[in-house]
Amino acid sequence: MGRSLFDKVWDRHVVRDAPGEPTLLYIDLHLVHEVTSPQAFEGLRLAGRNVRRPELTIATMDHNVPTLPGPVTDEMAKAQLDALRANCEEFGIELHATGSGSEGIVHVIGPELGITQPGKTIVCGDSHTSTHGAFGALAFGIGTSEVEHVLATQTLNQRRPKTMLLEFVGDLPPGLTAKDMILGAIGQLGVAGGVGYVVEYAGDAILALSMEQRMTICNMSIEWGARAGMIAPDETTFAYLEGRPHAPAGVEWESAVEDWRSLASDPDATYDTHVIVDVTELVPQVTWGTNPGMVVPVTGTVPDPATFPDADDQVAGARALAYMGLRPGQPIEEIRIDRVFIGSCTNSRIEDLRAAAEIVRGRTVDPAVTALVVPGSAQVRKQAQAEGLDQIFLAAGFEWRLAGCSMCLGMNPDVLAPGERCASTSNRNFEGRQGRGGRTHLVSPQMAAAAALHGHFVDVRLLAAEAVPA
Amino acid sequence: MKAISHVEGRVAVLDRPDVDTDQIIPKQFLKRIERTGYGQYAFFDWRFDDEGNERPGFELNQPQFAGARILIAGRNFGCGSSREHAAWALQDYGLDVIIAPSFGDIFRSNAAQTGIVLVELPEEQVKELMESVDLDRGSELVVDLEALTLTTPAGKVLPFEFDQSTRYRLLNGLDDIGITLQHADEIEAYEAARAPA
Repeated sequence: MGRSLFDKVWDRHVVRDAPGEPTLLYIDLHLVHEVTSPQAFEGLRLAGRNVRRPELTIATMDHNVPTLPGPVTDEMAKAQLDALRANCEEFGIELHATGSGSEGIVHVIGPELGITQPGKTIVCGDSHTSTHGAFGALAFGIGTSEVEHVLATQTLNQRRPKTMLLEFVGDLPPGLTAKDMILGAIGQLGVAGGVGYVVEYAGDAILALSMEQRMTICNMSIEWGARAGMIAPDETTFAYLEGRPHAPAGVEWESAVEDWRSLASDPDATYDTHVIVDVTELVPQVTWGTNPGMVVPVTGTVPDPATFPDADDQVAGARALAYMGLRPGQPIEEIRIDRVFIGSCTNSRIEDLRAAAEIVRGRTVDPAVTALVVPGSAQVRKQAQAEGLDQIFLAAGFEWRLAGCSMCLGMNPDVLAPGERCASTSNRNFEGRQGRGGRTHLVSPQMAAAAALHGHFVDVRLLAAEAVPA
Repeated sequence: MKAISHVEGRVAVLDRPDVDTDQIIPKQFLKRIERTGYGQYAFFDWRFDDEGNERPGFELNQPQFAGARILIAGRNFGCGSSREHAAWALQDYGLDVIIAPSFGDIFRSNAAQTGIVLVELPEEQVKELMESVDLDRGSELVVDLEALTLTTPAGKVLPFEFDQSTRYRLLNGLDDIGITLQHADEIEAYEAARAPA
């Protein structure tokens, strides 16, 4: 019987399979950041244990770090960052610290350094670890106890998940992005549609995507409950990885690519579930509520929860509208915004910034809007500056910040004030996510940029058409 | 982890779907480097208003739910972020059991690691259970992890399914790392077989 990409990666990593017990799975790469690791290191110390394979462990500072230059003034954040530094020193772990030039969001620097590779098992105490699945890795988020387990044993106990094939078919229309694809799919399949599954994203519309866009898709796997999303490695993947600092080189590169090619799902591979999503008619997506499944096309209106078929959804929808300060029937394009955030592990890579800059070029931010661009890593920031993107953003009235998770979750000083409404390229529009009482609308980088210029949501396809000379 | 087998206690009802871990423990409390003391922050933004007063409308602030050890919640409970602080907060708040139609995958692992029993029941059964709770005086439930049964306020006994190895660990209060390290030779053998020649 044919095996899927998931089957192949899983099977390669089985250390132990005993009847009735979870599989003991070997972990090739463990990414660590300051927020979910201190208790794990403390656990090791208390038990007198060591880090089994420090060279397979890489740490960065991202969640807490301020995006304005200067020292960390938040005492608790500072203590957590100091703890990470001390723990990395004590246990011999490579740390990409703030100011090193290689720091950034953990899910941006892994691929950027070429440590994220096809066929690897990758974990991190962060739910958006699913991002790395874009390379054909099996990558998923874990809790702090599991972080400690991986540090101590380089393995994890896992039940073999179910598999789903999600095929995106059709040609993605101009102006549309991977963000719209995944938001649209979550709207269709529901925020719990992927629970219990590892999802393989495939189809022509996936093959046509760049690595950055594929990462956006896999990143949001967890937003519909799938712990991991995967895309088979292909020429696009290899071209992205070749020459990166940690990628194999020379003869090793050739043999690695040959091996990676063999990972693609066999034609007769089977899945527990198979879903097809057609992107031909896709329209830019905007969330209206408090989870990523509460999403509509920008050309649409705020829905009336009373019309939802499910009773729980009706109540949750009404609650979401109250929190968001919206009413049924309101056209999405008439929703005015106060803030724009372009950043996060979903959409802060160089291509995202280029796409947003293309919309912004020569225009100005609406005077009522405060807009922020936070590159995903120090390297992305440097690259963007080399291309002059920073100047485009600054000239338009955007703030150009240092790398980090920033306003995606507001653990650093970048937060929404109560009631403020934000067009955000991040991944979660949960209540209070970007600041207590803050209201988040998830969109693509292009849509966020367009909203910044107009002070309300606009259909970026029309804006793009405007820009084309007659 | 302390062993857990039989939980008998007050029930609280949180009839909302998709309760995410950002609500269970908001991000402003994730900067601590300790593993304990998160109960005071559980559901913080839902529990307290801007002045720090309890919001009377929030379900868990109802007097009949005070001191609950068991929570009945809507589907997809614990979705979102991987923060184990959510499980720590719920346990420290006093909850040993959560009953729901489904749970977020990472939260499920974290609850098992923390020692919280997650009971998954069909949606209709969860609804029935919610309705059977006396909203004026409060109700008690019994959850028996040994027998894999739940006894309703009306005395009805419902069986539930539970992952065998997780059950064994919870019943015995076993440390996952300790168990895995019993297989250290197999990990070494795996590493040796994979090492580049």
